[in-house]
Amino acid sequence: MQPSAEVLYRQMYKSRRFEEAVTQLWNDGHISAEMHLNTGEEAIVAGVLDHVTDGDALALEHRGTAPLVMRGVDLALLLKEFMGLEDGLCRGMGGHLHLFSPEHLAASSGIVGATGPAACGFAFAAQHLRPDKAAVAFFGEGAMNQGMLMESINLAAVWSLPVIFVCKDNGMAVTTASADVTAGDLLTRARGLGAQAVSVDGTDVDEVWRAAHEAFVRAREGGGPTFLHATCVHPDGHLLGDPVLRIVHNPVHELKSRVAPLMKAATTGGSSVSERVASLGSIIGVLGKAQKTQKRDASDPVERQRQRLSISDAERGELERAVDDEVHAALVSALRSLEGRA
Amino acid sequence: MKTMTFAGAIEDALMKAMTEDSRIVVFGEDVHMIRMNLYAKFGEMRVRPTPISESAFLGAAVTAAMAGLRPVVELMMLDFVAVAADALVNQAAKLEAFSGGRWRAPMVVRAPCGGGYGDGGQHEQTLWGWLAQVPGLKIVVPSSPADAGGLMLSAIQDEGPVIYMEHKLLADYWIDAVADGGRTNLQYDIPKAGARGEVPKTWRPIPLGEANVLRDGDDLTMVSVGVSVHRCLEAAARLADRGVQAGVIDLRSITPLDTDAVCRAVERTGRLLVVDEDYKHFSLSGELAAVVMEAGITAKFARVCVEDTIPFDRRREAQVLPNVARILEAASALTSR
Repeated sequence: MQPSAEVLYRQMYKSRRFEEAVTQLWNDGHISAEMHLNTGEEAIVAGVLDHVTDGDALALEHRGTAPLVMRGVDLALLLKEFMGLEDGLCRGMGGHLHLFSPEHLAASSGIVGATGPAACGFAFAAQHLRPDKAAVAFFGEGAMNQGMLMESINLAAVWSLPVIFVCKDNGMAVTTASADVTAGDLLTRARGLGAQAVSVDGTDVDEVWRAAHEAFVRAREGGGPTFLHATCVHPDGHLLGDPVLRIVHNPVHELKSRVAPLMKAATTGGSSVSERVASLGSIIGVLGKAQKTQKRDASDPVERQRQRLSISDAERGELERAVDDEVHAALVSALRSLEGRA
Repeated sequence: MKTMTFAGAIEDALMKAMTEDSRIVVFGEDVHMIRMNLYAKFGEMRVRPTPISESAFLGAAVTAAMAGLRPVVELMMLDFVAVAADALVNQAAKLEAFSGGRWRAPMVVRAPCGGGYGDGGQHEQTLWGWLAQVPGLKIVVPSSPADAGGLMLSAIQDEGPVIYMEHKLLADYWIDAVADGGRTNLQYDIPKAGARGEVPKTWRPIPLGEANVLRDGDDLTMVSVGVSVHRCLEAAARLADRGVQAGVIDLRSITPLDTDAVCRAVERTGRLLVVDEDYKHFSLSGELAAVVMEAGITAKFARVCVEDTIPFDRRREAQVLPNVARILEAASALTSR
């Protein structure tokens, strides 16, 4: 089996454009509080979702937007949910952290690691009710230190549950470098819990697709769970308005109230000088790591797939325009609903 | 006169305590950034970022405390306590009783709580009634900078486990990090006196279990905690315009509960209105009704609480959380009877 480069590109492009619209709404204050995007991980989501059909289940974390967009959930319903409107996907009750679509067997949780047990339950129900169907758990590498997720991999292995554990690894657990708080190596860890494990470049949708294909075949044939590890970069940080990225983009403004107390703390007693210097070094290190995510280059998954298309520029333009129109229509619909409410 | 922000007062008191007592250690997710100043001053052995492993590090805090440290362990949000509830409910809370009083765990769990900024029902809970139900846990909920600092000192000095909840509407850095994200086009109903206020020249511990009578009134007693205290004060001022004298009691800690202060006031007014940002049923508000009845006091009772899962939509959220309009309505009903 081979994936369609255009289909995958269309999905990734749609997710990216949609999240640009989300960002605009968030910037305009139409979306409250936290907003975690899938930007940078579109290839992982697209490469996995291409195998998902009706009856397969999705356990989604705080980045649930792209999977639902690619699953075909109405874009306007999603935007309205993010804006807390009564005609949103979940009547404005859940917001982007808690998205649910029963007809797609898609359920979200804002609790880190909670997608592991969720996928196991979906998969167990599939064993009983929907033979050949599977469940996907999406999570970040930071969640791999959460007990319930590790327990879930073991449970899936001993019950041969059809689960694909998709670990999207950007190397940062919010502002903590995952390497500093994660012992051993994640593939070995997953294998130790009895799952098959594979690692791919998560900015290459072909690679993700092929690994996901094997994982779904195994799951559907009763071969048990797969741990699919995929690397990526989050150019928008942990969440929109990420405090670390704000410092990176506007250090003078963001640091003006922080530097004086920080320097006072670091220079007046406490631990040894070398320990205090090490602390300051770590803080600067976090900023440096965030800075590196800001280079939009060839590793951008959407751009990467665009380069691979074999269709003409005109055909690609048509494909993109159709998506742009769909996203625009959703935005117009959502803003109209907002006005109607006010 | 010295003033501080709510968050600044907590940090100031904590920094003073850590300077004086090297057994105090801070750990939790991202503390190297969230507690940047403490991290820079005390280094990584005392201010230590953790993996996202609440059950491991909360559980570890219990035995670290038993073995001589005084941990101030952080949860990114109070709601996440559910992930690690065993450490508190089955371990820390039981230790003193199980050891026949021979062993205790002097630890503080510091956690931002509460809603009012549109983050949905999994990130805005208070859950103090749920936790307070377990014997052996103390719960502190400050409503002002002065209380925030003084209660932090008491929480640290306490010989047992104390859960210290800081309401996100009062702590400016939480609003910045999880609500505004650098935006300036959103509004929140932040009680000014709670977010910034006068603090003592030198921090002194405020004993746990001592309520603060913020306003006297002979017609009605309002009892509350956290942000809702400020909603009560606003409602009481409006009631005074209508000739109704309402007293306001800030409990400051849920456990120990200052039942004497509540009973004294209700005995005089004969009317108790509990305003509680926690869930209504099986709750602090229900407990206070029982306390008054058990004391043999005859009183009329009403409560303004959260009755359901908090909606993400900010409009509906504002209705679900205790607000001045709901308090006034309940107070009017109580005083007209």
